[in-house]
Amino acid sequence: MNEMEELYREIILDHNKRPRNFHAMEDATHHADGHNPLCGDEIEVFVKVEGGKIADISFQGEGCAISKSSASLMTSALKGKTLDEAKRECGIVVAMLTGKTDSIPDELGDIAALQGVRQFPARIKCATLSWHTLEESLQGGKTASTE
Amino acid sequence: MSDNGTAYDVAKVRADFPLIENLAKGAKPLVYLDSAASTQKPRIVVEALSDFYLKDYANIHRGVHFLSQKATDAYEKARETARRFVNAREAAECIFVRNATEGVNLVASSYAKSRLKPGANIVLTTMEHHANIVPWQMALEGTGAELRVVPIDSRGVLDVEAFGKLVDENTVIAAFSYVSNVLGTVNPVKKLTAIAHDKGAKVLVDAAQAAPHRKIDVADIGCDFLVLSGHKIYGPTGIGLLYAKREILEKMPPYQGGGDMILTVSFEKTTYKGIPDRFEAGTPHIAGAVGMAAAMDYMERIGLANIEAHEAALLSRCREKLAPIPGLKEIGTAPGKAAVFSFTLEGVHPHDIGTFLDADNIAIRAGHHCAEPLMKFLKIPGTARASFGMYNTAEEVDKLATALEKIVKFFA
Repeated sequence: MNEMEELYREIILDHNKRPRNFHAMEDATHHADGHNPLCGDEIEVFVKVEGGKIADISFQGEGCAISKSSASLMTSALKGKTLDEAKRECGIVVAMLTGKTDSIPDELGDIAALQGVRQFPARIKCATLSWHTLEESLQGGKTASTE
Repeated sequence: MSDNGTAYDVAKVRADFPLIENLAKGAKPLVYLDSAASTQKPRIVVEALSDFYLKDYANIHRGVHFLSQKATDAYEKARETARRFVNAREAAECIFVRNATEGVNLVASSYAKSRLKPGANIVLTTMEHHANIVPWQMALEGTGAELRVVPIDSRGVLDVEAFGKLVDENTVIAAFSYVSNVLGTVNPVKKLTAIAHDKGAKVLVDAAQAAPHRKIDVADIGCDFLVLSGHKIYGPTGIGLLYAKREILEKMPPYQGGGDMILTVSFEKTTYKGIPDRFEAGTPHIAGAVGMAAAMDYMERIGLANIEAHEAALLSRCREKLAPIPGLKEIGTAPGKAAVFSFTLEGVHPHDIGTFLDADNIAIRAGHHCAEPLMKFLKIPGTARASFGMYNTAEEVDKLATALEKIVKFFA
C-alpha cells in the first residue's frame, strides 16, 4: 500500500463520497459549529440526547475527504451509544489521531481507517475537527476550533 | 537552453537558487509551484544577508564609528535601490516596513483613521487579500464611516464602472490589489487611480502579488501609496516596502513611536524627524533591507520583462495541459492574467489535491488563500493554486498535469 492508499483507504473514500447522517437536525438537543481557520473547513454537529443516550446524531458542512469521512464515521459509530460511551470514544479516537497512543482498540471498527492521518501532520486537524466539535456540543458549547 | 522560444535561460536561473537546485536532485525532485505564497531565494540574496552580518554590521543612524556609517550607507543604498525598483521620485518616499501587510496597516492607521467620519467611506474590491481588508476594518471601527466593495464578474475581472460609482467625493481611500493572489487578475491600476483621483480620493495599490511578475512603476500608475513584500520578490522575510508620495507622508503622523524617529525627546514635548525616518521607529530590519535590495537588483538583472514572458509561457502551457483533465475548472480567467493558476477538481477537495500532489513532491497551496470574501463570492470552499516563479519549467507544468490525472482516477 503506498502512502496515499494508506491515508485514503477505501472506507474513507466511501464515506467521503456518500457521507452518512449528512444533514441538519431540527430537534437537536445539542449543537456546535467547528471551524479549522487554517484551511477554512467548517462543520456543524447535531445531537439528540434522550435518556442519557445519543438517540440521533448528524452533521453538515464543507471539508476535505478526511474531515468529511471522519465526521461521517463518527456519526455512524456513536448513534445509540450512551453519553459516557461517546465521550470515552471521543477521547480514544483523538488520542489515536494525534499519535498519543499507538494502540488501536478493536472496538473502533471502521474508524481505525483514519489512522493513516498520523503520517500527515498537516491533516490531523482535519480528522479531529468533528470529534472536537462533538465534545464541545456535549459540554454545552457552541463553537469549536482546531486552533 | 531555450525553454520557451525566447532567450530566457531557465536552467541558468535555476542554478542561482540553491534550494531549487538541491531539491531537484534525487529520485523525487521537488516541483515548487507555491511562489505566490513565498518565493525561494537566489544565492546572491542569502549572501547579501550573510556578507552584511559578517562584514558591515552595526546599528544605523547612531554611531560615530565607521562601522555604523558603513551599515547606514548600506541601508540607505537599499532604499535607493527600492526607489529605482518602483520608480519613485526620491528615496525618502520609500519606507521600509515588515511586509505589505504592515504597509497597509501603517496607511490605515496613520493616514485613514483620522479622516474617517460619518459619511466618509473606504473602497475595496471583492478580490482583496485579508491584508487589504482587515486593517481598513480596524480603522473604520467606531468611526461611523462605511466600507464599500467593488464587485467582480465570474471571470474575476473588476467592474470598473461600479468602481467609478462607488468612489465618490467622500471616499478617503480606494485600496485594491494590482494582481489578485487567487485569480491572477491584473487590475487596470492606472485607470482606477485616475478615476479615484477625479473624485479626490487617495489610492493604495497592493502590489504584493504584482511585484514578482512585472515592472512596478508608481510614477506611471500615479498612486498615492503602494505596498509590497520582500519575501515574494525572492528577498528575505520580515522586510517590505511602503511607497508614498512625499506631500502626503509629510502630513502623516508617525505610525509607531520610539528611537530613530525623533528629533528631540523631553517629557514635555517630543519632536519627530522628517520622512522617511519618522515612519521607521526602532532598529529596523537592516539586513533585510540590504537583502531585499539584492533581490531587486537580481530581478532587474534577469529582466522584469523576461520574467513576465517566461511566466506567461508557463501559464499558457498550464492551461493547455490541464484543460483536458475531467472535472478541472480554472478559477480566474481574466484576460492577461498573471502566472497564478487556481483550480478546483470536481469531487476532490483542494486539501486532498494538496496532500496528493505533496506525495508526488509537487508543492502547491490549497485553501482560501487569505481571501475568504472572494471564496464566498465564488461559492467555493477554496481552491488549489499552482503559482509560478522565474525558476519554474515547462517540464514541471507537465508533471503537475500527470499528477492531477492520477488524482482524478484515484477519487473517481
